[in-house]
Amino acid sequence: MYVAVKGGEAAIANAHRLLADRRRGDRDVPALTLEQIAGQLSLAVDRVMAEGSLYDPDLAALAVRQARGDLIEAIFLLRAYRTTLPRFGYAAPVDTGRMRIERRVSATYKDLPGGQLLGPTFDYTHRLLDPALAGDAPVEAPERRALAAVEDCPRVIDILDREGLIEGDGDPAGEPGDLTRDPVSYPVGRDLRLQALARADEGFTLALGYSTQRGYGRVHPFVGEVRIGLVDVEVEIPDLGFTVRIGAVRLTECQMVAQFKGSAEEPARFTRGYGLVFGQSERKAMAMSLVDRALRADEFGEERRAPAQDEEFVLEHGDNVQATGFVEHLKLPHYVDFQAELDLVRRLRAEAGQRRAERGEETR
Amino acid sequence: MRTTAMTAAATPGPAYNFAYLDEGTKRMIRRAILKGIAVPGYQVPFASREMPMPYGWGTGGVQVTAAILGPADVLKVIDQGADDTTNAVSIRAFFRKTAGIATTTRTVEATIVQTRHRIPETPLAAGQIIVYQVPIPEPLRFLEPRETETRTMHALEEYGLMHVKLYEDIARHGHIATTYAYPVKVEGRYVMDPSPLPKFDNPKMHRSPALQLFGAGREKRIYALPPYTDVRSLDFEDHPFTVQSFTEPCAVCGARNVYLDEVVTDDRGGRMFVCSDTDHCGTRRAEATP
Repeated sequence: MYVAVKGGEAAIANAHRLLADRRRGDRDVPALTLEQIAGQLSLAVDRVMAEGSLYDPDLAALAVRQARGDLIEAIFLLRAYRTTLPRFGYAAPVDTGRMRIERRVSATYKDLPGGQLLGPTFDYTHRLLDPALAGDAPVEAPERRALAAVEDCPRVIDILDREGLIEGDGDPAGEPGDLTRDPVSYPVGRDLRLQALARADEGFTLALGYSTQRGYGRVHPFVGEVRIGLVDVEVEIPDLGFTVRIGAVRLTECQMVAQFKGSAEEPARFTRGYGLVFGQSERKAMAMSLVDRALRADEFGEERRAPAQDEEFVLEHGDNVQATGFVEHLKLPHYVDFQAELDLVRRLRAEAGQRRAERGEETR
Repeated sequence: MRTTAMTAAATPGPAYNFAYLDEGTKRMIRRAILKGIAVPGYQVPFASREMPMPYGWGTGGVQVTAAILGPADVLKVIDQGADDTTNAVSIRAFFRKTAGIATTTRTVEATIVQTRHRIPETPLAAGQIIVYQVPIPEPLRFLEPRETETRTMHALEEYGLMHVKLYEDIARHGHIATTYAYPVKVEGRYVMDPSPLPKFDNPKMHRSPALQLFGAGREKRIYALPPYTDVRSLDFEDHPFTVQSFTEPCAVCGARNVYLDEVVTDDRGGRMFVCSDTDHCGTRRAEATP
C-alpha cells in the first residue's frame, strides 16, 4: 500500500538534533572553546575569514565550530552573515609598505633593506609527526624584536620600480567594483578579478596557479616578495576630513615578478602578478598572484589558451560556496525530471526494438 | 541606512528585516523584476545576495519571493509538485520565521507560489504570482558555455544553434530528446529556459493569467513573464511539440491528464503512478469522499 511520504518537518528537526549531537561528540570530553579554535587552529580561522570575505576571528572560530571543522561550510556561514551587514563606509586603501612584518621573504634578492624574516613558517620543518604534540608539553616563548628595532621594510617591487625595471602598479584612479553588490558583466577589470580571486577557493586557486607552472599559460614567475603581518585599517570620516585608524588586520601579500615584455618602441620590463588575502596563507596568496598574472594575457598580447587565462572560467568556478551548492544540490529530489527522461528512454527503446523486429522479418 | 520594522526576536541576537533581506536589497531586486516584466523572457542581471541556504536550493526564488512578499500574502512552496518535500518544507518555514506570513498548501488560497520543477495542476488565476527556482537560466548554455557569447546571441536573436540541436535530436532519435527544461520562445522574441519543468508543464505558461517570475541566485539572473504572455515551445512544422502522456491514471485519486510520479513499491518490478501535485491529489480525494 502506497503511503505518501509525509513528515518532512519532523524529519528535518530530528536531523538537526542528530547533527547537534554529533557536533558535540563525547560529552565526557570538554567542549572546544572559541578561544581555543581562534588561538590554536588559527590558520583554519584565517582561511574561513579570507574566503568568507569577513575579517572577524571570533565569528570565524564560531563558524568553524558550528561547521564541525568543515571549512567550506564555515565559509558559507560567514558569508551568509556578512551579506546581512550594513555598509557604514569604506576603508582607505591599506598600505602594505607600512605593514608590521612577521614574515617576509624574497626569492629575487639575497639581501635587501629590511632583511629576510622567516617568521612562523612550516617551510623548514621536517614533516615528522611529533608525539610530544599529542600532550600538552610546555612551549618556549619565542624570540621577540624590540619594537624600536623594527626597520622600515620597503617593498621589493618598489626597488625594481625605481629603476623602471617593472611595470607600474596600475592606475589607482576610479572606484573598484564589488561583485558582492553588483552583477558581474564580462569582460571585467582587474579589480573584480582580484576580488574574486581573494574570495576564491584555496584548492581551486592552487590548482590553477600550479597549472600555469606546468605549461598551461606560462608566466615565468619569481617571488619578488611574500610578506605577512598586521596592517592598519583607516577610515575617512567625512565630517572630520582626515582618516582615523579603526583597527588592524593580518594580511598575506605576494608580489610575483613575471616575464618581461618589450618591443621596438618600449624597453623590456618585468610584469606583475598580485596576491592578497586575509590572515596567514602564503599558498593562497602565491597561487592568486600566478592566476592574476595569467588572467592579464590580453594586456600583453599573449594568446589565451589555458584555463587559468580564461576570466569567465576562473571567476565563474572559483567560488566554493557556489560550487558546493550546485554540486550538492544534485541530491535534492529530481524525480519529475527523471520521470520525463525515464519515459523518453523507454519509448526510444521500444521503438528501436520494434525496428529490429521489422528488420528481422525482412531478412527471413 | 533606512530603518525598517524588525521582526520581533524572541531571544536576543541579530534581528532580521521582514522577509530576511534589507529594504535596499529588496528595492534592487524589484527593479530587476520590473525590468524583466518590461522585457519578457530577457535575463536581467541582478546583484544576487548570499542567502542562508545553499546555492542550488532555490536562493534565486527565495530572493524574488522575499522582495515581493507583503504581510498579507499567503505563500505556498512546492518542490517536485509536492508541499511536503523537505526543501519545500524548509523554505516555507524560512518565510514563516522571517516574515511571519501565512502559508498554505492549497494552490487556490495562495497569493504567491514558489516552485521547483513543477507548475500546479490547478490553473493559476489573475492576481496570483508564481516564482520559479532556476538553476541555469541560460537556455543556450549547454550549446555555448560562454556568457559573453550567449548574451550576444540573444541580442542578435541568433537561435539557429538551438534549432540545429533540436533537429539533430530528431535525426538521431526520431524525437526531440529534451524532456525537461524544454526551451520556449517568448512573445516571438527571446528564447527562454522555463527552469527544469517537465515539458508537460510548458503549455501552462502560455497566456497564463498569473504573473510568472524566475529567479536564478547563483547565476544572478531574474526574468519574467507578465500575465497573458505568448509562450511557445520550440518545434518544427513536421515535428510539433507534444507533452508526455501517461497510460494509467493516478493510483490514488484516479486523475488523468496530470503529471505522475512513478513509485517503486517492491524490488520485483512493482510500481505505481501517483499525482506529482500533492494538493491536486488531496483535493480530489477529499471531494470524492463526502
